[in-house]
Amino acid sequence: MKKRTMETSLADHSPKLIRSIERRLFLRQGLSLGALVLLSGCELTDDQRVQKILTGMSRWNDSAQALLFSPTKLAPEYPESAITKPFPFNAFYSEEEVPDVDGRDYKLELAGLIRDNKPWRLPELYALPQTSQVTRHICVEGWSAIGKWSGVRFSDFLARVGADTTAKYVGFKCADQYYSSIDMPTALHPQTLLAFRYADQILPPEYGFPMKLRVPTKLGFKNPKHIMSMFVTNEYPGGYWEDQGYNWFSGS
Amino acid sequence: MEASERRADWVKVHPLAVRITHWINALAILVMVTSGWRIYNASPIFPFRFPAEITLGGWLAGALQWHFAAMWLLVVNGLVYLSYGIASGHFRRKLLPISPRAVFRDVIEALRGRLAHDDLSTYNAAQRAAYLVIILCAILLVLSGLAVWKPVQLEELAAFFGGYEGARVVHLLAMATLVFVVLLHTVMVIFVPRTLPTMITGRARRAS
Repeated sequence: MKKRTMETSLADHSPKLIRSIERRLFLRQGLSLGALVLLSGCELTDDQRVQKILTGMSRWNDSAQALLFSPTKLAPEYPESAITKPFPFNAFYSEEEVPDVDGRDYKLELAGLIRDNKPWRLPELYALPQTSQVTRHICVEGWSAIGKWSGVRFSDFLARVGADTTAKYVGFKCADQYYSSIDMPTALHPQTLLAFRYADQILPPEYGFPMKLRVPTKLGFKNPKHIMSMFVTNEYPGGYWEDQGYNWFSGS
Repeated sequence: MEASERRADWVKVHPLAVRITHWINALAILVMVTSGWRIYNASPIFPFRFPAEITLGGWLAGALQWHFAAMWLLVVNGLVYLSYGIASGHFRRKLLPISPRAVFRDVIEALRGRLAHDDLSTYNAAQRAAYLVIILCAILLVLSGLAVWKPVQLEELAAFFGGYEGARVVHLLAMATLVFVVLLHTVMVIFVPRTLPTMITGRARRAS
């Protein structure tokens, strides 16, 4: 009955007025649809099915990046005048909480698919042939900074210790409970360094004393600092940020 | 008799390929833009942040997951649309010719609220310009985005945008332009609501 009256009363009005009401309704519906999309946007990512798809896409992107990665393509190098000063400190904790590693009794532990897994002391590592690079460090957050790192070419070190370079991953464990891992092709890239120096000085604690892995073909968080041990493996080792959702390959 | 008469009232405006790619693109752009804002917020290059409530992903890692998942949707759908538009002559028929003078005239008319929309099967010059800008912005966003994503593997592309940092700025500005034109486009749909069902069904009532 009520509906009937509405229809009749609507018919009494000019088509122009009806169109204007329709327009207003449409506008309001459009706005509430937009609000719904935004509301669910926060919850959407936490939904398990959605998260499964997103994680699956991230694995797919690992493969896509592995395909795109060229073992010979070099990261751009810059003149020393381009170095960012001061080079930003970055970690999952504040600068006061940087781990205090004693270089005198430090030993780099080797494990996994490595033939000669005797631990390495710092003087032995410093005695290896060293090389330097001035490259851009790109953070997953978006900022970037140029720095100078020196150390032993990681592929040389892997060859020296008899690592199985047909294995899939190299994993790292750090003094600050950080951990990460990289793919073997990136580990063998000529610019991947086991770095002991920053700006020609022994690596200061805030930049990762006694050593950090410098990988200019990957994002900053794939450059672990304060490395205590490393291992070669075929089992996916994950990483501190990687296990929380950052893309594992994260190549540049 | 009556039925055929009724059918004759309707004209086909948007081909199926255009309608499907339009709506997939709308979804892809919505996800890319809102997750992109969240990524931008992690390290803003200008002195402002996007309100967290209108971003997607919850935090940086979530936003990156959305962004790098939806990029495939955007690119694959975009390639289908561009191939169709070029091969079928859709672009040539609908978006060309276009002259700066005609665009200027139609934009002024639109601002005065006097732009005629009687025939939905023909785009006026302001529409042609808007749709071309959206297409060009999307291409620029994909290319600058690739440069930000892979500044080493795609070093030459990144260098074209002035390196990694330059590509970030281009990516943000192209986003801003795209969002501006998409907002205009949405406002125009609100003013001429019958264009919305037409983009779903593909048909429009013949102008009387």
